[in-house]
Amino acid sequence: MAVETPERSPSSPARGPGAGFLGYRGRERPAGGFELWSWLFMRVSGVLLLVLAVGHVLIMHVVDEGVDRVDFGFVATRWGSPFWRTWDWALLVLALIHGINGLRVVVQDYVRWPGARLAVNMLFYSIGFILFVLGTVVVFTFDPSKWPGAV
Amino acid sequence: MARTVPSGELALGCQPRNDVAKRKADIGTLYRGSPGQWSWLAHRITGIAVILFLFAHVVDTAVVGWGPEAYDRVVAVYHNWVVKLLELGLVAAVLYHAINGVKIMLFDFWPATTRYMKPLSVASTGLFLLSMAPITWIMGRSILRSAGVL
Repeated sequence: MAVETPERSPSSPARGPGAGFLGYRGRERPAGGFELWSWLFMRVSGVLLLVLAVGHVLIMHVVDEGVDRVDFGFVATRWGSPFWRTWDWALLVLALIHGINGLRVVVQDYVRWPGARLAVNMLFYSIGFILFVLGTVVVFTFDPSKWPGAV
Repeated sequence: MARTVPSGELALGCQPRNDVAKRKADIGTLYRGSPGQWSWLAHRITGIAVILFLFAHVVDTAVVGWGPEAYDRVVAVYHNWVVKLLELGLVAAVLYHAINGVKIMLFDFWPATTRYMKPLSVASTGLFLLSMAPITWIMGRSILRSAGVL
């Protein structure tokens, strides 16, 4: 896995037909390799998260009393359906990778010293891995029948 | 390139560029950036806010595996009105990031639309504000109820 990512090439102004606002087109699309896959992943996961994350936020925080109605019984009922368990697990995985890859891009901009950059990235990757394992175990092993009378 | 530069511009220490149509009236005034620059910044800030919240949120949800007593105690934090205010900010951050993300993809996969960057930025910001209006109304009432005002 590319931890030491190369500096992005300075974006050159795109002129002529196809050039955008004021003749500039912003940051260039990566030419290939890991950065291109990362660029593509952000867009594909972004479209999926448009449904998964926005849907999750509207359901859990806005409609029908929002977070006021959320308690152990609510989760037990909701996760009684494999559909919501799958939804929440997909959201967990995609949001973690999308978010931590986003942090990697931000770190690339602001943490210049290679040792510090590696350390900061490793910290985020470790947090991501631990949360992935924790979330996956809880989503798939949660069994409310262990607490009879709670639901 | 030989070019006559008005002395005022030299005094400001800025080199005017031929390819960027900068109005002379802008020189010496407050730098306001282009809409794309501000949405880039907002995209970055909302993205960082959401991933940092996610780190905490995976842990608080995982507590459900330790039973009703533990989970209900953790979730009670979310019923506090100050936390609900932050929650409104979280919803706004997710929505902004989502709508602006669609705008970014539009520019990426259909480059001709970058000609309309300014109106599209206004439109996407408008869509965000418009969708935040009912959400703020609904969540705002919940915040006021939790604070004991309503």
